Amino acid sequence: MSFSIGLTVNGVRQTIALDDPRVTLLDLLRERLHLTGTKKGCDRGQCGACTVLVDGRRVNSCLTLALSHDGADIVTIEGLARGDQLHPVQAAFIAHDGLQCGFCTPGQIMSAIGLIAEGQAGDDPERIREGMSGNLCRCGAYTGITDAVLDATQTMAASNERRSA
Amino acid sequence: MKNFDYVRPASVADAVKAAATPGAAYLASGTNLLDLMKGNIARPDRLIDITRLPGLDRVERLPDGALRIGALVRNADLAHDPDVAKAYPAVAEALLSGASAQLRNAATVGGNLLQRTRCGYFYDPASACNKRAPGTGCDASGGENRLHAVLGWSESCIATHPSDFCVPLVALDAVVEIEGHNGRREIALEALHRLPGDTPAQDTTLDPGDLIVAVRLPGDARQFAAHARYLKVRERTSYAFAIVSASAHLRIEQGAIIEARLALGGVAAKPWRARAAEATLAGATPGPAAFRRAAEAALADAKPSGDNAYKIELARRILVRALSLAAAGTPARMPALPASPFSAVAGASHA
Repeated sequence: MSFSIGLTVNGVRQTIALDDPRVTLLDLLRERLHLTGTKKGCDRGQCGACTVLVDGRRVNSCLTLALSHDGADIVTIEGLARGDQLHPVQAAFIAHDGLQCGFCTPGQIMSAIGLIAEGQAGDDPERIREGMSGNLCRCGAYTGITDAVLDATQTMAASNERRSA
Repeated sequence: MKNFDYVRPASVADAVKAAATPGAAYLASGTNLLDLMKGNIARPDRLIDITRLPGLDRVERLPDGALRIGALVRNADLAHDPDVAKAYPAVAEALLSGASAQLRNAATVGGNLLQRTRCGYFYDPASACNKRAPGTGCDASGGENRLHAVLGWSESCIATHPSDFCVPLVALDAVVEIEGHNGRREIALEALHRLPGDTPAQDTTLDPGDLIVAVRLPGDARQFAAHARYLKVRERTSYAFAIVSASAHLRIEQGAIIEARLALGGVAAKPWRARAAEATLAGATPGPAAFRRAAEAALADAKPSGDNAYKIELARRILVRALSLAAAGTPARMPALPASPFSAVAGASHA
């Protein structure tokens, strides 16, 4: 059986043919679209390295079939920067050393963008840690990650205020 | 992962029809099913993707005050629904204590009810497991069984049901709406999950092809909103299944408990309603003595199924603590660490 789905990936609308229904969204991104920024860690929904935004919400791309997302809007780590201008969350991760080896970082950043958009954590470090608990960092860069998310939350709130002023 | 046919029906009726084929399984978000398929634990021949079925993604208040939750409502959306947060706060707290934010954004109400056990032997195809492969035995008995059941287990299976969400649901008399080959019917959530007996492979009382379309919370369960808490002990502060959890709901008038609702999670193959314990609280003055008496009643029939005798006393203490927290009143804002025993400890560090 072959299937065809439409996806908007990082702003680009595309039609994708699939010869196998088993392809996860993660494998589609990495193996078919060659967007290897999204990482495969555990491939079982336990580590968060595969986190992407689907219709603006953070999800584990390893635990969902690509076929289920016909028509969806997907944003991956490759879709954040505008040329050399980093997304505020990317910039904050650098400023606060929110990484060591970097393998979990794309997932951390996508998750942080989802968390900030959800608006539940605000600037409470405890709520940020709780809200980021689906992203494991084996290097243990959690302190820097929390600081980065906190900083980016404030930067993005200030920039929204300027825009609406 | 074994290959499968993939179909995406346009209506509930078409979905139920498509599920009539042997080997068919419904696919919602897939956060549990795909995991099981990757491990060769679930091997469906046909997946019926129900995520686009119309009308199942709504939360609505019915004229009789009940809350009707569509089976495809995502866990995160339900937890943050203003009516749920206000009227059924322990339901919101249980949801937010489960899994991770990413999983809660995907996982559905119906899928949460039907998630399989997290017993490590069930997840390992090389192990004997009567739930996965009937008649092969149970390697959990005599194995690593620190986390297994202390209530309602049998010689053939000592697995627990992992849901947090189901614990307050069963306490509040939730009802499950089901569409099947013979039309629509409904059952109490308490009657959905089965104890293992000699047939642990069958988790629920659903018939093949049955589709959960909604869960209803009765309007009178809103009366517990001022004194409702979910409390969950885990091996880490966040993103872990319950070792033991408890949902406590009280109606308190003029210093006395008018009515109590209690349920335990992580202790049995189903969310465990503690009716005998509820009865001990009717008319009682809220306090440690009454709460301990209730906890004793709730665990009266508990038996270790292995190296887990500690869970029985742990469950009593968690129940006492959940009751104490409920009696103190539902917090105005969801705690930063939902359902965590560490939430209320001054000076506790979780960094």
